[in-house]
Amino acid sequence: MRLTKEEQEMLDGKHGIAVRKSMEILVALGEIFGAKRLIDVVSVQVSGVSYHNLGEAGLDYLADLAKDGKVRVLTTLNPAGMDTENWRNLGIPEDFARKQERVIGAFRKMGIITTCTCTPYFVGNTPHFGEHVAWGESSAVCYANSVLGARTNREGGPSALASALTGKTPEFGMHLDENRQAQVVVNVDAKMERVTDFGALGYVIGNKIGKKIPLIRGVRKASVEQLKSFSASIATYGGTALFHMEGITPNKTTVPDENISVTQEEIVSAKKALDDGCTPDIYSIGCPHLSLKEIEDIAKMLEGRKVKKEMWICVARPIKRIADQMGYTKIIEDSGAKIASDTCMVVAPIKGRFKCLATDSAKACFYGRGKNHFSVVFRDIPELIEEATS
Amino acid sequence: MILRGRKVARGAAEGEALVSSEGISFYGGVEPETGTVVEKGHPLEGRSVKGKVLVFPSGKGSTVGSYALYEMKKLGNAPAAIINKDIETIVAVGAIISEIPCVDQIDIAKIRNGNKVRVNADEATVEVS
Repeated sequence: MRLTKEEQEMLDGKHGIAVRKSMEILVALGEIFGAKRLIDVVSVQVSGVSYHNLGEAGLDYLADLAKDGKVRVLTTLNPAGMDTENWRNLGIPEDFARKQERVIGAFRKMGIITTCTCTPYFVGNTPHFGEHVAWGESSAVCYANSVLGARTNREGGPSALASALTGKTPEFGMHLDENRQAQVVVNVDAKMERVTDFGALGYVIGNKIGKKIPLIRGVRKASVEQLKSFSASIATYGGTALFHMEGITPNKTTVPDENISVTQEEIVSAKKALDDGCTPDIYSIGCPHLSLKEIEDIAKMLEGRKVKKEMWICVARPIKRIADQMGYTKIIEDSGAKIASDTCMVVAPIKGRFKCLATDSAKACFYGRGKNHFSVVFRDIPELIEEATS
Repeated sequence: MILRGRKVARGAAEGEALVSSEGISFYGGVEPETGTVVEKGHPLEGRSVKGKVLVFPSGKGSTVGSYALYEMKKLGNAPAAIINKDIETIVAVGAIISEIPCVDQIDIAKIRNGNKVRVNADEATVEVS
């Protein structure tokens, strides 16, 4: 890989230890994956924020980098293991909270904006078509590449952080046109109307094609919320960083020869496969974090009603601030539901506290089962709210 | 015998080879507090990777694996060096941040459990004796 004079100096340690370590990671990845050079990125989304996943060593690593590391581009954070203001109300242990605060403190010291959300594109980290970024968080990576038309590989925590501290990423994979072309056409012959339809579609396609890039045909329209849910689902069950949806997403692609189809029956059986039929003891909405439209709708549905079970509404903090301003927060909290900012069911330390999770997110079904050993129920938001309040 | 590959993480180290025919996940698959492989049914289940030259085809599993390798190093339970057939990003980044010498593109079928192995990552060589 060819480095500019400045990049070589960064690698040689002339810009400090954090920059040297970061360049070592980026150069090594670039050489492994055959990159010819480093390119500039306009923003970074860092994953690996919950203390639950990082552990003490991860925290040490971040504290080391924070000694002399400062980010060079706009950098935002994935969800943490708790609501940073309201953690007591969500039953997070004090000891965990202190450790989580140290993690966030280390990120803040590096100049990272401590958004703690999986939907950075709703809160101002919003690259435009063709821009290069270095993002972690599989659902956000898929959304950025596919819906926004920005360009990012699937970064892990340390490599995203390395890009933040240098403003660079090695040019390979999703950064290059030739790797962004569809590899299989997916003809959808099914009713695509509700968020769970899109979650189920991501499950079906992801299971069929794995990491291949699909060109999806037959979906007539899709809202931002549906595309958010689909991005999360296809990335969870398949692992792709990019999809094309004809007439909806902005990237151009060649049309591959391989063709598969998805039928209405497959969507119905996917919904069954994502539902264990248990009796929920926790309702969680907002995986990925809710849009402004979703929280507005939820407030209207909950107005004047009482939830009879534990219910978490997961949002980015700036969206919650707007909900505060509009009176939605009061309506939601008066109903007995809890707003959880900065966190979600996937990364909070809640294993063992609940048995059956009800959600509208196919991704949350996967992590609820796998990481937390919950049974799951998969329904759309209006049904979940109807059920939890009656 | 000298095998040639590609440098992933700099440095040199030697030790006894511990060879796995299957991939390793350092998050959940290996206990950082002891260095013992705990993944059920894994060929190395119950063996400790501590101080060994750990030889396996490729990494697998969660991206948090990089931090898990780093934790093992901090606790003194990491392998002395890592040899892979095909590296992937989790192990590569884990080895770099933990400063564990690491090479890949090595014909790992030529290395047997218990061989004395010297890894020189800077030269991208593995000496098996």
